[in-house]
Amino acid sequence: MSGLLNLLIGLAMGLNLVALGTGRLPSLIRIAALQGMVLGIMPLVIEAHDWRMMVLVIAAATVAMKGLVIPALLRRAMRTANIDRDLDPLIGFLPSLLLGAAGMIGAVVLARRLPLLPEHHESLLVAGALASVLTGLLLLIGRSKAISQVCGYLILENGIYLFGLLLIHSTPLLVEAGILLDLTVAVFVTGIIVDRIQRAFDSLDTRKLTVLRE
Amino acid sequence: MKELLLIFVPLVAAGAAALWPDNRTRPWFLPAAGLAHALLAFGLMLRPPESPFHAWFGCDPLARAMLPAVSLLFLGCAAYGVPYLRLRAERPNRVFVAGFLAALGLMSAAHMARHLGLLWIATEAVTLSSVPLLHFNNTPRAFEATWKYLLVGGTGIALSLLGSFCLGYASLHGGGAGDLTFAALMAQGTALSRPWVLIAWVLLLVGYGTKMGLAPMHTWKPDAYGEAPGIVGAMLAGGVTTVAFTAVLRVRAVVDAAGAGEVASRTLLVIGLFSMLVAALFLLSARDFKRMLAYSSVEHMGILSLGAAVGGVGLWAAFFHVWNNSMTKGALFLSAGNLRRAAGGRTIDEVSGMSVITPRSAALFVAALFAVTACPPFGPFFSELLIVKSTFATGHGWAAAFFLGCLLLAFFGLTRVVFAIVYGRPRQAAREMDHRYRETLAVVLPPAALLLLALGLGLATPNALREAWTAAVRQLSPTP
Repeated sequence: MSGLLNLLIGLAMGLNLVALGTGRLPSLIRIAALQGMVLGIMPLVIEAHDWRMMVLVIAAATVAMKGLVIPALLRRAMRTANIDRDLDPLIGFLPSLLLGAAGMIGAVVLARRLPLLPEHHESLLVAGALASVLTGLLLLIGRSKAISQVCGYLILENGIYLFGLLLIHSTPLLVEAGILLDLTVAVFVTGIIVDRIQRAFDSLDTRKLTVLRE
Repeated sequence: MKELLLIFVPLVAAGAAALWPDNRTRPWFLPAAGLAHALLAFGLMLRPPESPFHAWFGCDPLARAMLPAVSLLFLGCAAYGVPYLRLRAERPNRVFVAGFLAALGLMSAAHMARHLGLLWIATEAVTLSSVPLLHFNNTPRAFEATWKYLLVGGTGIALSLLGSFCLGYASLHGGGAGDLTFAALMAQGTALSRPWVLIAWVLLLVGYGTKMGLAPMHTWKPDAYGEAPGIVGAMLAGGVTTVAFTAVLRVRAVVDAAGAGEVASRTLLVIGLFSMLVAALFLLSARDFKRMLAYSSVEHMGILSLGAAVGGVGLWAAFFHVWNNSMTKGALFLSAGNLRRAAGGRTIDEVSGMSVITPRSAALFVAALFAVTACPPFGPFFSELLIVKSTFATGHGWAAAFFLGCLLLAFFGLTRVVFAIVYGRPRQAAREMDHRYRETLAVVLPPAALLLLALGLGLATPNALREAWTAAVRQLSPTP
């Protein structure tokens, strides 16, 4: 069981690196969606011995939201903005890839040093969570197009979700559902703002948002 | 179950406002729901519910000490909202009114959340419901501000979710059940795993500190306050910040119970003083009088953080200051909104002589300036004095001196901008605008009422409030 879970987390961590290396927005959205779906089925793996209703609902809702609804919202925003590339990021693709890889190694080392319960010693959950949070932050800071930044935000949230899986036995369904709902609304609202920025500035390059300064 | 009404009355009103067909009469939902909410909130404060609180949710002493202030501020903003939205009749206000009411309901929920996950959900929902309020003006600048608000605020609030999970793991690692209710976490006390508690504290402070606008996480604030309409700025500066401060206090009580209270106090002290310093320095160079208000808000968040760091009497004074902050920020933002509309500009290079063009709003703005810079006999003077005293009493003499120095710098910065725009000769552009904007009683009375409340809080602090604050202090530090 632990082996399969670690395999999935490894897959999610690999997707982090792919996300850092790509400049095409459709593939970035696809990677974030794929990672969301991989994360969505993890509760089923962790609770393989006992599929309660709650676990099934969380898994289904996560896969549907992170894998289908949110990417669809982002694709729509991308289409109205009529762009599909993040050509000149603030942190280049190679440097961000190297930083991401270094961050991944750092996350694994750090996770080994943190005090964990015995049943989590063999698991990559904490390392994967830290690596995804770092990747998300790198994308948020390093990319110049609004949609790539939203994808960065999604990957950051995915990392937090991974960490939340440590608490799967104690977090009630209501809280999980609320968090998921908030995330979806957040992306929806962001999509609207992205659309308005595109109309107002005729660009989705957030570096052009520099009217407001001291 | 009366406390549930605090959430559902505004939310139902928001739903009704969203369905209401008429753009002209829709704003009346704001004062109606605001009045109902204020009556409920004060009713609950004066006659607290006897039954023990639900573990997840309840109008506990902390909520009772904070929520009525937000409710009162909302009522003032709502009363101003009716004439304001009539002036802005060219903009559809369906989303605005619904969002404003929803934000009130969600703020009530966040104040009363006794579960970390629930608290996070409510705070995030407040953030999202205020997005349409921020870009009501529909200008490119407003969208830029909204984008920064979403990006910085969203990242901050995401980190606080991570912190919440870390606190849950601290409970699991300490042999607990990982229950995220504050009651369970505090009951577990020193059994919580210390390293995880410290990690959680840092993440939660950064997260909710972003929402509060503590430096260096304040970068979204000048843009958002500068571009949003006055009533939205007032609600953000007096309401949403209060939500975040309540969250920080709840988390800090857990950290205290876990035996790391010393660390928590020290971080709050440092971040509070740093916020005050940053705010004071930016105030000295501010030229835009709406952005200036944002830095003033950062300064007051620093004051709250310092009061919380000192604890005991300082914490009591911080509750006092929350009320003063809400009332004075309301008066400042609403009168600044009047000036901004009459002047047609917002920097000291474009605006001057407002005492001639809009004498009543200008007088209110100056009076509110004296209130916010803690001149007696306004409330902020007494709460800040109490914070200084308790800072000295707990042996942080240097912190108190630093605090006073920052207050002085902020005073110079604020008065410089305010007097530059209020006095002098009116500019040509403003005189032309004058015909279009008349200073009616409807736009002057709400800020005047809020200012009078700030004065009343200082001259005669009601006993009911004092007791509410004492009860809240007792809730947060069970063993004094």
